[in-house]
Amino acid sequence: MKTYEKIIEKIILISAAVSTISVALITVFIFQSGLPVLAEYGICEFIFGTTWSPTNGSYGILPLITGTLSITLGALAIGIPTGIACAIFLSEVLPKKAAKAFKSAIELLAGIPSVVYGFFGLVVIVPAIRSYVLPIYQIFDPEVSATGFSILAGSIILAIMILPTIVSISENSISAVPREFKEASLALGANKGETIVRVLIPAAKSGILSSIILGMGRAIGETMAVILITGNMAKVPGSIMDPVATLTGTIAMEMGYASPTHQQALFAVGIILFLIIMLLNMIAQFSMRGLGGKAS
Amino acid sequence: MERMMNGNKLKDLKTVRNIMFYGGIGLLAAITLAALIIIIGYILANGLSHINLEFLTQEPRRMGKEGGIFSVVIGTLMVTGVGILIATPIGIAAAIYFTEYASNGKGVIIIRFFTEILAGIPSIIFGLFGFAFFVIFLGMGWSVISGGLTLALMVLPTLIRATEESLKTVPMAYREGSLSLGATKWQTIVKVIIPCCKPGILTGLILGIGRAIGETAAVMLTVGGSLRIPTSLFDSTRTMSVHLYILAAEGLSQEKTYATAALLIIIVLLINTAANLISSRLGGNDES
Repeated sequence: MKTYEKIIEKIILISAAVSTISVALITVFIFQSGLPVLAEYGICEFIFGTTWSPTNGSYGILPLITGTLSITLGALAIGIPTGIACAIFLSEVLPKKAAKAFKSAIELLAGIPSVVYGFFGLVVIVPAIRSYVLPIYQIFDPEVSATGFSILAGSIILAIMILPTIVSISENSISAVPREFKEASLALGANKGETIVRVLIPAAKSGILSSIILGMGRAIGETMAVILITGNMAKVPGSIMDPVATLTGTIAMEMGYASPTHQQALFAVGIILFLIIMLLNMIAQFSMRGLGGKAS
Repeated sequence: MERMMNGNKLKDLKTVRNIMFYGGIGLLAAITLAALIIIIGYILANGLSHINLEFLTQEPRRMGKEGGIFSVVIGTLMVTGVGILIATPIGIAAAIYFTEYASNGKGVIIIRFFTEILAGIPSIIFGLFGFAFFVIFLGMGWSVISGGLTLALMVLPTLIRATEESLKTVPMAYREGSLSLGATKWQTIVKVIIPCCKPGILTGLILGIGRAIGETAAVMLTVGGSLRIPTSLFDSTRTMSVHLYILAAEGLSQEKTYATAALLIIIVLLINTAANLISSRLGGNDES
């Protein structure tokens, strides 16, 4: 009986270690497959090279990095205020029952597959930009790319996709602010709005910040939505109407037909992406843990 | 007199600010809700009418331009099924380890940390890994099994988290009661604790299935895109989300694309409803 239980305990320990082992394996295999190209081509040339043209053997990923960054920043610009507003609305304004319904709506938003978001962007957002936003934009800049596949389209869709992350974590941390803080502020004569802006949000700062960092990680890592709506042009963008290619999109699009060296270069892109995401996730985890919030 | 006027002005200013503040918040929340309704509504409105028995039961013809998506549905079921079957025992065991066996040592903190990290890795990286490891290194090729294993890793954090949350809600007294009756630790876990948190585990399972069905990038790189019905675990196939991507990217058929997207949305709605029902009806309080 004793040995039987001991074996089970070992099996359970191994199961718990599976995620750690997987992270290790993922790291090893991505690096192993991508490092040769990085070493041969030179890390600086790889990161700061401005032409991505695998068929001609030039693997400069600066256009991809700027592409990813520009739609991520755009998504954050739309998503942060909206997300925090929703979090405040949930925790401070709505009555409990309505808040529960609103919460499940946000959860639903998180459950929609990214490729569906991409398809929606393709059939609704891109044409809408082409016919409503572009004409206005063209008054100021007649040379602008006129397809609608753009940073703007990508930012809008990504903003919707990162909302659940921002809302749920921000809401948790706003709700976790001790009631005394709120009561003290109200007792001093501040109204509810002032209390929210001056007391609750500063107190929930660390949670809100983590939610933004995690949202950013999600935006950078998102693939299928972006691939369908940003136009996939590996060029450093000049305006929000320009089409861009992203790190993720390029990997997904080109992996299917890539030659061996090209494939290694795509793995090298994966290394860069992996490092960025790991860094963001670790910052988010430490900031949540260090400041006493719950990590889950 | 003047001071009173100033006071009134200040009060007015405060009221105006307050109204603007609440108005702004309400507006942004309304926009969020509207985005959800528009996305789901638009796709259902355009796609529902094209979903019929023929669409569900016929095999795709001419690259999906005509016919249905029968083989794609089978492929989706197989890949998702393999992934969930592999991930479920591991996920539950891991959660049991965290709540029942682990003391708060350094090792546990590290394992927990990496579980969180695993949850944050984007799907395209899983895809690259699955391609390099399962498809090439282990020689499984583009196949159901490669995709299933990759998906298993991806849904593992979801499963662990959901199970752990519900294991934590089992009162300590249950464990003590069982142990004091002479049951061993393992007997207590199997006979007392797990039955108590079936709803939580089930919710995690359903959410995991949802994530697996919607996953595209990782599946595309590990399962391939064959439109034939897979006859073994080592055959390549295509899942619904990959099918949707290919139809949308290549503009093959508006009608079939909308229908596939609508089908995915319906599945997501069903999965969310089921998860909500289970967690609310069976009293598991997953207020996470």
